[in-house]
Amino acid sequence: MSKKVPFALFCAGLTVILAFPILGLNLEHKGTSLVVTGADNWTLIGVLVAALIVFVTQLLKSQIKATYQAVKPNFGGLIQRLPGEDKRKLISKLVLIALIIAALVLPFFTSRQWPDIATLVLIYVILGLGLNVVVGLAGLLDLGYVAFYAVGAYSYALLSQYFGWSFWACLPIGTLLAATFGLLLGFPVLRLRGDYLAIVTLGFGEIIRILLNNFTSITGGPNGIGNIPKPSLPFIQFEPNFEIVWLEFGRRATDGGVPFHKFFDLPYDSSLKVIVLYLIALALAVITILIIQRLIRMPVGRAWEALREDEIACRSLGLNRTAIKLSAFTIGASFAGFAGSLFAARQGFINPESFIFWESVIILAIVVLGGMGSQIGVMIAAAIVVLLQELTAEFDEYRLLAFGAIMVLMMIWKPQGLLPMKRPHIKLKQE
Amino acid sequence: MLNLKNIHTHYGKIEALHGVSLNVAQGEIVSLIGANGAGKTTLLMTICGDPIASEGSIEFLGEPINEKSTSEIMRSGISIVPEGRRIFPGLTVEENLQMGGFFMSKEDYQKGTEHVFSLFPRLKERINQRGGTMSGGEQQMLAIARAMMSTPKLLLLDEPSLGLAPIIINQIFDIIAQLRDEGVTIFLVEQNANQALRLADRGYVLENGLLVMEDSGDNLLANDDVRKAYLGG
Repeated sequence: MSKKVPFALFCAGLTVILAFPILGLNLEHKGTSLVVTGADNWTLIGVLVAALIVFVTQLLKSQIKATYQAVKPNFGGLIQRLPGEDKRKLISKLVLIALIIAALVLPFFTSRQWPDIATLVLIYVILGLGLNVVVGLAGLLDLGYVAFYAVGAYSYALLSQYFGWSFWACLPIGTLLAATFGLLLGFPVLRLRGDYLAIVTLGFGEIIRILLNNFTSITGGPNGIGNIPKPSLPFIQFEPNFEIVWLEFGRRATDGGVPFHKFFDLPYDSSLKVIVLYLIALALAVITILIIQRLIRMPVGRAWEALREDEIACRSLGLNRTAIKLSAFTIGASFAGFAGSLFAARQGFINPESFIFWESVIILAIVVLGGMGSQIGVMIAAAIVVLLQELTAEFDEYRLLAFGAIMVLMMIWKPQGLLPMKRPHIKLKQE
Repeated sequence: MLNLKNIHTHYGKIEALHGVSLNVAQGEIVSLIGANGAGKTTLLMTICGDPIASEGSIEFLGEPINEKSTSEIMRSGISIVPEGRRIFPGLTVEENLQMGGFFMSKEDYQKGTEHVFSLFPRLKERINQRGGTMSGGEQQMLAIARAMMSTPKLLLLDEPSLGLAPIIINQIFDIIAQLRDEGVTIFLVEQNANQALRLADRGYVLENGLLVMEDSGDNLLANDDVRKAYLGG
């Protein structure tokens, strides 16, 4: 106990000292004395309380731990009480169905802010899953992933602005273009590994952004591109004559279709276009999940993992390492393009500011937080990271702090990520 | 079957092999012994095309292969069990075998797994276990099984006894003999000269990048120089 007092005092003092730069407090000379500026009394009291809490916690650390151990929920007992395997399968199926129904129905009953945020979450889910192929499965550290995202977004924006092409025509084009960029970048850099690969991809991400910024005559430079139409949906009409009508969900038709409310003679509802975009994003995210799940189970998915595990062994088995790496890179990039087109449609306006290095960091953080290679983990992490960003928008200056804190805590408690990747088909037999 | 003529291999400016010529005939076990740094592993890797020989020719089944890429060579009927096993530790035993049979049809893959499970019943018990969680001997078995999945005509083994207990080494060498009886030609690189030569039909001794001796396994075992240098007198 006596040994702990100085240590606890040290920690409390550290808290006070750290509070100054973090909270932006300043020490200034006023005559002969030092005065704290940049904070009111309540902030100072807060700092003192925080220091006190740290002091007490450090002092009673072992007691707190012991109490926690005593009241800790007994997970071992819980597992034993879990229902049998068949029942569990049924339950997980029911939960999945409930989730899907909730995802489809809920947006109609919430304020329009929520479907909008959910769309963003889904975009990051697609991005996270795409990068997961490159980083989590193939083990290639890509810090310029946002470049492919930008390629997808700009290809939709430019094609719709210059040629008036619709979202559904541009989506595959954006995807293919991003894949092509992935392939082109892949050829020269894939003989690099680890840190070197990270630096080159980082450079590539910056090149794309700077190119977009300076190619003013085509991309509009920093002013970006506005008035990007939202996607329309096809509707097959049988009367008076058989034709396919493209329904739009804005007040006026901007994309050569018919406004939804005029077509069905309904009052105009401005939240509808947000919900429709959310539903389209949901469909695209589900498609992404299914495709990537398929890929992982296919031989190529195993080859990615094998390459991550041991490159030399892969070569000794006659695998072409360049082809495997390129396929991972290209497929990862194509999903970024996919998400990019969706992003451009959601924003209605894009400029190079949306594709800075920080975005690559966020996407990488999603993959790391979720657990490398784990699909469900990446989805949960995408939701957490996006919600954290959106909901803490007022505390903009503390966002990085919160982000850093979460990362550090994760590394301490769950270094493998939220839901580490599990090898499928492991079954324990009961004797 | 395998014919090396005057092979020189360089790492940068350093020449590691100074003109090695050897041949392996159909159905034999040929052992290559030598001290650390003699170039044994380099010789095996050169056969696999990584690094590429800077001079000389390599023929496999009458065809030159020294111009081919590693992945092509490995698909032409040669398999290697690399030094230090190099299984995929994060993948299960089954997935490791699937990687070994990557280019096979489903039926061939089925046949391949049945074959390797008959060689290594232990692996069948551990089919869903991660490779990295198994013991060294089991990992070595997995490495050999993985190489055998592609039903090679020639199997290259790089120090299969590395870091294993004597009893496990015996098991591994029994398996190698069994593979030879099934008609697989085997080229074995070993530090464990005693066992390698006893098993081998013929042996080569490599010293500082040059072959200094070639004879039947038994003759090499009886040879005084070999005994002094590699078998402890």
